[in-house]
Amino acid sequence: MRLSPDEMIFWEYGFLKLNATIVFTWGVMLVLALGSKLITRRLSMELERSRWQNLLEIVVTAIEKQIEEVGLSQPRKYLGFLGTLFLFVATAALCTVIPGYQPPTGSLSTTAALALCVFVAVPLFGMEQQGLGAYLASYTKPTFIMLPFNIISEISRTLALAIRLFGNMMSGAMIIGILLSITPFIFPIVMTVLGLLTGMVQAYIFFILATVYIAAATRVRTPEPEPDAEPNP
Amino acid sequence: MLIDWFTVAAQVINFLILVWLLKRFLYQPILRAIDAREQRIASALADADAKNAEAQKERDEFRLKNEAFDQQRAALLSKATDEAKAERQRLLDEARQAADALRAKRMQTLSNDAHNLNQAISRRTQQEVFAIARKVLSDLATTGLEERMGGVFTRRLRELDGQLKEDFAKALKTASGPARVISAFDLPAAQRAEIQNAVNETFSAEIHVQFETSPDLVSGIELSTNGQKMAWSIADYLTSLEKGVDELLKARPEAKAEPKPEQGTHEQGT
Repeated sequence: MRLSPDEMIFWEYGFLKLNATIVFTWGVMLVLALGSKLITRRLSMELERSRWQNLLEIVVTAIEKQIEEVGLSQPRKYLGFLGTLFLFVATAALCTVIPGYQPPTGSLSTTAALALCVFVAVPLFGMEQQGLGAYLASYTKPTFIMLPFNIISEISRTLALAIRLFGNMMSGAMIIGILLSITPFIFPIVMTVLGLLTGMVQAYIFFILATVYIAAATRVRTPEPEPDAEPNP
Repeated sequence: MLIDWFTVAAQVINFLILVWLLKRFLYQPILRAIDAREQRIASALADADAKNAEAQKERDEFRLKNEAFDQQRAALLSKATDEAKAERQRLLDEARQAADALRAKRMQTLSNDAHNLNQAISRRTQQEVFAIARKVLSDLATTGLEERMGGVFTRRLRELDGQLKEDFAKALKTASGPARVISAFDLPAAQRAEIQNAVNETFSAEIHVQFETSPDLVSGIELSTNGQKMAWSIADYLTSLEKGVDELLKARPEAKAEPKPEQGTHEQGT
């Protein structure tokens, strides 16, 4: 019983290795990129448009609207990063209906990589919006004593992000594997459906949490009036 | 260990590549298409609004023109109707007047013709009647009759009184010549003397009387002086009779002619 697709290695040379996680990730990437390319190759600017274009428009505008609802005033700026997070995790989960497929998000390496991306992206966006000093100063709010706790919170939430997704995806695959060996009929299919739902929910949670973190980091706080600053002309 | 750090690194790179790919092939084209469409719809809506406003304006203008045209047409129509009515009335009046004039003229002609004929007939009858009467009376007239007439004349002369007598007396006094006594035949001397006496007695004066004869009198005696005349003769009676008959004849056609036009119009009308 494998806990992670990382353990399924196809090719290895030194520390370079090609495991199932990377291969399936490429597959998902290929599906997403090629599908988008094929559909957007003949985009219609008119009122008449293809069903696939309609689907993509719905997906993109839905993500954009969701980002805006969380509180980011310029959703298009974050659409590339956050939208890709959602689409990747969701596609990886949806593809579990394909036999023999192992979701790359079932590997802790993948979820850690995504969480790391969020971990890096949040301060980057924050600094870009507020400026380096203001962003760093936000760690000392409300008092300087809070600095270590803020840093711990930053790291722990990244860890939680990675573990949550991994646990859910892995458990889904695991349950199906176990059930297949116990009750080969019907029941695994029901669990697969449940797994699809869980996967979508997890994709949404991952996406919305990343959005909330970025929104929190980029929110420009109105500077509180300081008594010392007042006498200055 | 569940985390393979090489895989983590590879996945980070993979993820970044995926972000780039999707930005390139998904988000940008889709958002561009949506924006372009929205702009197109907005412009189309604005265009439609403008066209709508223009159409509304044109419709209002057209309605106004239409109303004005209707009013004008109604006014023209009523004017034309009035004119036609007036013209019809005028033509009818003219025709009626012409017909009336024609009928009146014809009636006039008819009545004139009838009147003329009537008059001619009456005159002829009258003339015939009087010619016969005159002939008969002149045939009958003799000296004996003249004597009787002289008697009647003198009696009447004596009976003369009132206004006529005064007028006569005045005329006799102012007369330059003698008073004339005219008779159809020569009066005998005795009768002449009797008339002279009667004249003298009546007017109580010596009046010079000249005796003349005139066959026009048919039979009778006439005393005349200075425009005043007193006579007793058959011609006198006949003249007054003729006058009366003439008056009667003149009055009758007029009385008869009056109801005639009524009948005439009635007949023409039907």
